[in-house]
Amino acid sequence: MRVLTGNDLPTGDVVWWTGSGWSRHIEDACDVADQGESIAHAEQGARRVNVPYVIDATLTADGPRPAHIKDRIRALGPTVRADLTLKPADPMAGSWVI
Amino acid sequence: MYKYDQYDQQMVDTRVEEFRDQVKRRLAGQITEDQFKPLRLMNGLYLQLHAYMLRVAIPYGTLDSRQMHMLAHVARKYDRGYGHFTTRQNLQFNWIKLEDAPDILAELATVEMHAIQTSGNCIRNISSDQYAGAAADEVTDPRVWAELLRQWSTFHPEFTYLPRKFKIAVIGADEDRAAMRLHDIGIQMVRQGGELGGKIFVGGGMGRTPMISHEIRDFVGSDDLLSYLEACLRVYNRYGRRDNIYKARIKILLHEIGPEDYRRQVEEEFVAVKALGLDPPKAEFDRITAFFAPPAYEADAADAIDRSDPDFAVWVDQNTAAHKQPGYAIVTISLKPTGGIPGDATAEQIDLMADLAERYSFDELRVTHAQNIVLPHVRKADLYTIWQQLDAAGLAPANLDLISDIIACPGLDYCSLANARSIPLAQKITERFADPARQRDIGELKVKISGCINACGHHHAGHIGILGVDKKGVENYQLSLGGSGAEDVSLAKITGPGFDEDGVVDAVEKVTTVYLAQREGGERFLDTYRRIGMEPFKEALYG
Amino acid sequence: MVENQHDEPAVTLDAFLDSQTNATAVRLEAGDDARALLPYLDRIALIEVSFPSFRDGRGYSSARILREAGYTGELRAQGDVLVDQMPLMQRCGFDSFAPESEIDPATLEASLKRYENVYQKAADGRVPIWARRHG
Repeated sequence: MRVLTGNDLPTGDVVWWTGSGWSRHIEDACDVADQGESIAHAEQGARRVNVPYVIDATLTADGPRPAHIKDRIRALGPTVRADLTLKPADPMAGSWVI
Repeated sequence: MYKYDQYDQQMVDTRVEEFRDQVKRRLAGQITEDQFKPLRLMNGLYLQLHAYMLRVAIPYGTLDSRQMHMLAHVARKYDRGYGHFTTRQNLQFNWIKLEDAPDILAELATVEMHAIQTSGNCIRNISSDQYAGAAADEVTDPRVWAELLRQWSTFHPEFTYLPRKFKIAVIGADEDRAAMRLHDIGIQMVRQGGELGGKIFVGGGMGRTPMISHEIRDFVGSDDLLSYLEACLRVYNRYGRRDNIYKARIKILLHEIGPEDYRRQVEEEFVAVKALGLDPPKAEFDRITAFFAPPAYEADAADAIDRSDPDFAVWVDQNTAAHKQPGYAIVTISLKPTGGIPGDATAEQIDLMADLAERYSFDELRVTHAQNIVLPHVRKADLYTIWQQLDAAGLAPANLDLISDIIACPGLDYCSLANARSIPLAQKITERFADPARQRDIGELKVKISGCINACGHHHAGHIGILGVDKKGVENYQLSLGGSGAEDVSLAKITGPGFDEDGVVDAVEKVTTVYLAQREGGERFLDTYRRIGMEPFKEALYG
Repeated sequence: MVENQHDEPAVTLDAFLDSQTNATAVRLEAGDDARALLPYLDRIALIEVSFPSFRDGRGYSSARILREAGYTGELRAQGDVLVDQMPLMQRCGFDSFAPESEIDPATLEASLKRYENVYQKAADGRVPIWARRHG
């Protein structure tokens, strides 16, 4: 699948395109198929996202998982600070990142 | 240390308002990200993997307790309770919101701090010797020139859109603790017939194409310094390559036209600009010099240290250096605990270091390019109480310049440019070599790790250097040996094919085994490597 | 900021140098050597310096070289010129601007007036801070 990601302009938070808006959680990401570039253009123009780009991902039972390690780390947080990731209470949350 | 006058303060305050206006225009859509990016970068604001990152300037690595406390305050109020000290003697916050950035800069400005020119294709924060003003081997305090250069380079109208970033280091001793020869311009201050001046080196750098700088002038006096650098920079701004970002640093210009031709052009330009009266008068040099006068040392401070606590004695031997004043020592606080993140400090640790500096080090701290903190002027009589407080806060690893005192860039855990993670490697290596006696037996061994070819982790200058690369989406690490950023400067050479994460930790261990088997007399790792060459290490790694 | 005063077409540096032209307006591309114009400065009324990209800072040096050599005619920054760059350009000696994109006059005015003082001596005659300190 193809997933659209970027950063929120005022906060810098990592965000994922859900089909109707932007979520902090990769699990909400939808398959943009070949529409990624045009959605990115419109959303960037409206300043609802900053520097958006399309990536490859795999849809698993737990949700989309980015193909590249960089975006997997973006999706959760730094691998060296589990306490600062999106799921600080779950020690196994990062098992799919590396 | 230097204190702002009304002009310096007004400059920084105005900058805050300028950036507030630029952020407002960006959030309102009046400027695009493409146009905003160079503006935010010139205020040290990056967009990284998880958030914006703010790099705060610590000019020549010197700061006082009030400034240090402010860093802790920003970490608590706007970030996530910690900061990362960098190889350019600065500090980075990893979790900044764009909308908060103007307020953060306004808070920093209240303690004479800013983030000006900590990124962008301009003259970056001037770096220097962390022992400046304290080292026993010093000719003069290099921070006087560093401060002159700070002011000259701030908002320089001609050199803010250079072909590429530009880094300057100034040292004032024979021992090079600032990797001076690996800077775009390196200055070694010297005395010639009683006159103070500097030897000028140009064209060093790490990155994709590491190079050691060339000596361009053996002596430039204080009254010619700014004109001479103006000439150096103008030749670069006019002729440095702009067609290829990877060939845009001044080192490539020198490599392509040769140091002789560069020198000739600089000397011609110098004649032209010297006539313009760009250099400040001696009174300004004297004004700045006065700020760096030695502190009021206790005249009869005791030289003896009670070494009855063995852990303390080990720390004293490893983490203190000779001070020019009898009865005093230079303390390095290691930010490299076993399994820790090199250069990271919590807000509480930052506050503690500030308190110790205020109480025991004439209110001064330094940041080192090796990502540690220095208390420059400590009475030997106070060392024990300082050590106890550091130890209680996890700040007393006795490992300065040992194998666990690793330089590591933030790598792929934080940085959008990275190809591989750096921090986990540093953690694993320090865990593998956790035994302090083993570390001391190995002795001085500088391990430096970069997560991409930009070499923020100085891997080219590592006795053992490690470069993370992306091999078809998998992290892979190239090992190199024999680099040095010190006065015996050299560039590390790659050993051969790369390793995976655990493999490179094993490889580091094999390299130390070869060294221990081969070393003679008091040889450091680097000395043995230089004597026996790469082959025995290759044999152990790949044979 | 001085408005653009000269509207005659500017010729290229090569055309200016090798023809018998009486042109009084020259256009310098970013990579052109401004020093080639030094013998002719007294008969030039306009030098237009091109900025092909806002990242390309060669024109700042061209401007200073011309002003330092005594050029007093119009010096125009043309091309990808951003409002936040204009104060620096003015310091280097530019006195007119022909940006490709429209500039909001209020933003420009605020930008040009913002810094009361400067650290360096440059081509705009402003007194540097070090001189004020020891005035």
